[in-house]
Amino acid sequence: MKEKILTIVYAALKDASEELGKPELASPGPETHLYGRNGHLDSLALVNLLADVEQRVADDLGKAIVLADERAMSQKRSPFATAGTLADYIELLLSEG
Amino acid sequence: MGRVFVITGTGKGIGREMALHYLAQGHLVAGCSRSEPSVVDANYTHFQLDVADEKAVVAMVQTVRKSHGGIDVLLNNAGIAAMNHLATTPMQTVQKVFATNVFGSFVFLREVAKVMMRAKVGRIVNFSTVAVPLRLEGESVYGASKAAIEHLTRVAARELGSSGITVNAVGPAPVDTDLVRSVPAEKIDALIARQAVRRLGTFADVIHVVDFFIDPRSSFVTGQLLYLGGAG
Repeated sequence: MKEKILTIVYAALKDASEELGKPELASPGPETHLYGRNGHLDSLALVNLLADVEQRVADDLGKAIVLADERAMSQKRSPFATAGTLADYIELLLSEG
Repeated sequence: MGRVFVITGTGKGIGREMALHYLAQGHLVAGCSRSEPSVVDANYTHFQLDVADEKAVVAMVQTVRKSHGGIDVLLNNAGIAAMNHLATTPMQTVQKVFATNVFGSFVFLREVAKVMMRAKVGRIVNFSTVAVPLRLEGESVYGASKAAIEHLTRVAARELGSSGITVNAVGPAPVDTDLVRSVPAEKIDALIARQAVRRLGTFADVIHVVDFFIDPRSSFVTGQLLYLGGAG
């Protein structure tokens, strides 16, 4: 499952790379920084990325999730820090049904 | 080609009339209400849900996006009213009114906006009321919930403007619906007396404003509140 989720996150990042003109997001890996310290995305770009990822999860995995929930916003280490932490968080949400 | 509409509160009243109006024009409409569908049309899909149920709304929006390939227009209409002196208003009433009017409008706004952001185009119309500018006695809670929607409208317009999405609100004067019929006649008469044009509103009056807001040519019209009957 984690591989499938990472594939979704990477696909969204590649689209964002083109749209934002940020080549550093074109070949993403788990450590690719998204938001916050060393992040490649500003708040609006993060909002767009999360919307894109939610729709890809709905399309590819058949599950409707909301990434920006209370828990995500209050965690000490943001789940939106890197591609890997985002994938971990999606896996957690999916495991909770 | 028909546009894809999401209309909340299509069980009756203005929501149902708008669904029928846009279906008659050949558009695709996805509607919702807590009740069974009251609209039957090949281009209409009904979702029976409570608009304050976040999970149900998220699932509906994703289903519509997947089946129709996107969402062009959101008419965020579902609402309930409550009329009471604030000194005798139960907290349960406050919670119910805010759950449907504010939380329901918010979650639809948020979920549909995310779909529209990817498409870089969209039209959202929220529903306020003349009870806000008229500061009607007995409608403190209802008016406060609609004032919250007005604020959401203005801020959403700014946050979504760069994504090609417009967000506006219409404030109908009383229209002859179940919602208004629950209000004592003398109260409605007193309200109408404070309008510039002293008559009840009609569905056509409301739909005319919505037509203007959702027109593709209205891309420069956003963050606006339009009250009917000259009540602003």
